[in-house]
Amino acid sequence: MDKFLKKEGTASFLSAVAAVIMGLLVGLIVLLVASPSNALAGFGMILTGGFSDMKNVGQVLYYATPIIMTGLSVAFANKTGLFNIGGAGQYMVGAFAAVYVGVEWTFLPPVLHCIVAMIAAMIAGAIWGLVPGLMKAYCNVNEVISCIMMNYIGLNLVNLLVRQTIFDSARNQSYWPADSAELSKLGFDKIFVAGATPSSVNAGIVLAVIAGIVMYIVIDRTKFGYELKACGLNREAARYAGINEKRSIVLSMVIAGGLAGLGGAFYYLSGAGAGIAITEELAAEGFNGIPVALLGMSNPIGSVFAGIFISYLKVGGQAMQSLGLAPEIIDIITSVIIYFAAFALFFKLMLAKLSAGKQKTNANAEPVSQNAKKGGTA
Amino acid sequence: MSEYVIEMCNITKEFPGIIANDNITLQLRKGEIHALLGENGAGKSTLMSVLFGMYQPEKGVIKKDGQPVQIKGPNDANRLGIGMVHQHFKLVHNFTVLENIILGVETVKGGLLKMDDARKKVMELSEKYGLLVDPDALIEDITVGMQQRVEILKMLYRENEILIFDEPTAVLTPQEIDELMNIMKGLVKEGKSILFITHKLNEIKAVADRCTVLRKGKYIGTVNVCDVTQQEMSEMMVGRKVNLKVDKEPAQPTDVLLEVKNLSVHSKHGTKNAVNNVSFQVRKGEIVCLAGIDGNGQSELVYALAGLEKSEGTVILSGEDISTESIRYRNTHGLGHIPEDRHRHGLVLDYPLAYNMVLQRYFEPKFCNKGFLRYDEIFSYSDKLIEQYDVRSGQGSKTIARSMSGGNQQKAIVAREIDRDPDLLIAVQPTRGLDVGAIEYIHKELIAQRDAGKGILLVSLELDEVMNLSDRILVMFEGEIVADLDPNAVTVQELGLYMAGAKREEV
Ligand SMILES: Nc1ncnc2c1ncn2[C@@H]1O[C@H](COP(=O)(O)OP(=O)(O)OP(=O)(O)O)[C@@H](O)[C@H]1O
Ligand SMILES: [Mg+2]
Repeated sequence: MDKFLKKEGTASFLSAVAAVIMGLLVGLIVLLVASPSNALAGFGMILTGGFSDMKNVGQVLYYATPIIMTGLSVAFANKTGLFNIGGAGQYMVGAFAAVYVGVEWTFLPPVLHCIVAMIAAMIAGAIWGLVPGLMKAYCNVNEVISCIMMNYIGLNLVNLLVRQTIFDSARNQSYWPADSAELSKLGFDKIFVAGATPSSVNAGIVLAVIAGIVMYIVIDRTKFGYELKACGLNREAARYAGINEKRSIVLSMVIAGGLAGLGGAFYYLSGAGAGIAITEELAAEGFNGIPVALLGMSNPIGSVFAGIFISYLKVGGQAMQSLGLAPEIIDIITSVIIYFAAFALFFKLMLAKLSAGKQKTNANAEPVSQNAKKGGTA
Repeated sequence: MSEYVIEMCNITKEFPGIIANDNITLQLRKGEIHALLGENGAGKSTLMSVLFGMYQPEKGVIKKDGQPVQIKGPNDANRLGIGMVHQHFKLVHNFTVLENIILGVETVKGGLLKMDDARKKVMELSEKYGLLVDPDALIEDITVGMQQRVEILKMLYRENEILIFDEPTAVLTPQEIDELMNIMKGLVKEGKSILFITHKLNEIKAVADRCTVLRKGKYIGTVNVCDVTQQEMSEMMVGRKVNLKVDKEPAQPTDVLLEVKNLSVHSKHGTKNAVNNVSFQVRKGEIVCLAGIDGNGQSELVYALAGLEKSEGTVILSGEDISTESIRYRNTHGLGHIPEDRHRHGLVLDYPLAYNMVLQRYFEPKFCNKGFLRYDEIFSYSDKLIEQYDVRSGQGSKTIARSMSGGNQQKAIVAREIDRDPDLLIAVQPTRGLDVGAIEYIHKELIAQRDAGKGILLVSLELDEVMNLSDRILVMFEGEIVADLDPNAVTVQELGLYMAGAKREEV
């Protein structure tokens, strides 16, 4: 069994690497078009920026934390055959719950305060996942549609609540969570420093990695994971087996939402001096969960690495600012790399699926792979 | 000009852990029906898929009219005049018959489909070969037998000369099988050549000229069908004597095990009930067969008993009313179910075989400890079933179910359900797609279950199986039970009349 898993694992890993290389090449082309004179130097910075000093290494981990969580969220729902595109909304309501508790509940002692804030974030995110889960399970409403709606409801609700409860008009954003609610630095600020400026990395990254490991175990080793995967692979057979498929759908969306909500807490409890801004844009951290999960092949451990990789590009991109490139261009280039890599992988998966109908599947099993195809593209 | 239209010479095709075709040679004469016989997993579908271009062989050559050819995909096959009816049809369900037939080879004029010409050609073909279809009916509204005609018309429309049928009769009713046999005979008269896979020896006897036998991926031999008996063919195929008729003692039924009272199931289409106010009993120690022409409510009745479909009325199992209980409750309280559709319900095709073997039991303490699956237990249990029921696959318990041969998928499900040792086993077409050796084994197991005091509700379209196995026959017609018969006191012809609704007995 283990050997077999490893084999599968290597194949996925290699295709992810291939996709990343594709993405980087396209990024280079975009860079050549956008700014020919700086292209090669800039590209070098993207590649090495994340390693340029210890602080940047820390920053890579810091930015990776929330997107690992939203990536895990997407990957988890995916196991039950659901596409959780609601990461942005879940992330935002989670962030608000954490910041609210962090700002208001100062009667709590330090560590407990932080824990309660994280729990609040998880619950808020879970509720934001629960709604599409219920709608899918009991009314057969496509989760993509209800997730998108929940994203906008979440965004506007958070704007409203921030304005009414914890609004800091001086900064035109929410107050910052109290020190007692901050995630511990775990001494990282001593390791990941450049000169006197430490990186913002904190206990969040450790918790995110632990979340990934726990999720791997749950999915691969437990009864619960067996049920979720059975539902994702063949819902009718899961029903036949006596698995309560409605419950599985709802639970998997609730857990996915909780993971994304926790991602929001990790970001805003980092003590990096961030409040929730009033904005009309959905949180990018929410959407970046999708390429993270894709690059990670929906594998929890893979998602952890994918999150770190994408964050590495982001830090590398920031380093490029010294070349005088507009931040927008840098954003475009890093997103092109991210999305192209994810897209290349998506394409590869689709192709594999299509040819599976011909090559991998035996002729007797044809019709189901056909249905799977239909389901996949629908 | 070569004697053979198609020659497959020394074909070898390997899959992980197994050589599916090991140096196989098959020669098809022009104008013959050539049967391909072999146990489950012998490599028949693989060999035909190689000919149809779906797999590339590691070794060997394919010759068409004596000339070596390369077949890289179904399009190449089509160009060479090779067509295939897959065991499971590949039709677009919300398209009409006509649209399905011309799909992929549409003729267009100024960007518009030239439907009239196509329609004319289809109607001509349909008349010529007795393949009557309604060109404007939607696929989802017509029977499986009709769908198969559409598949055949598709091949004819493409003017294919070499026709491959992969287990075409497994899904048909006895009447439809007779019709298909006649159609096949008509096709070879027109000079077409047919490759025909089936597990039913009487069908080979009835239509085939020659028969090639495979065993465990190897070529055993080719015989003239008229020179051999069915016994000889089955021996060639399994390498031992097979008892084609089951021996069993008369049943000794005891207490009532299953009691169904006034059960009704709403129909998905139309307003009529699919199952209408049905009442019957199954006692311990008997095999009760639900006979009937496909589509008369048997499937819905079974789904209702298993809890997969909503119903009205009462279902009592071992004295306990389970009418409103969950599927899980029924599964764990004495109900076993070999489902009609092995791909839809029976298997999670992308799970390894071992996981499929514990599909309704993974949570039992034996396989699960504090929420964690016990791999070693699951795999050793699965190995045991594989051994006992001779389930063949490339990589044993680790094999992904999707890659197994159709018959072995079926064997895995049957093994799982019998081994759960349910009080009542609902067996829907339990031997669909199985080879004679496997059928013999499964029939023996079912009778052993009966003799151990279990009840069996058998649903089968196969009259031989119905007559051989059952102790009592309930005939369903249009959602109602129209007769309760003793198989020893009724002839097949009479049974046919009941099934067709021409005769009815008050029960
Ligand atoms: N795509 C595949 N990947 C791996 N193994 C395969 C694949 N297709 C077939 N096999 C294996 O090759 C062997 C032959 O399979 P095949 O489907 O040709 O059998 P068959 O003779 O058609 O049997 P049946 O009567 O059960 O349909 C089986 O053991 C099967 O497990
Ligand atoms: Mg086959």
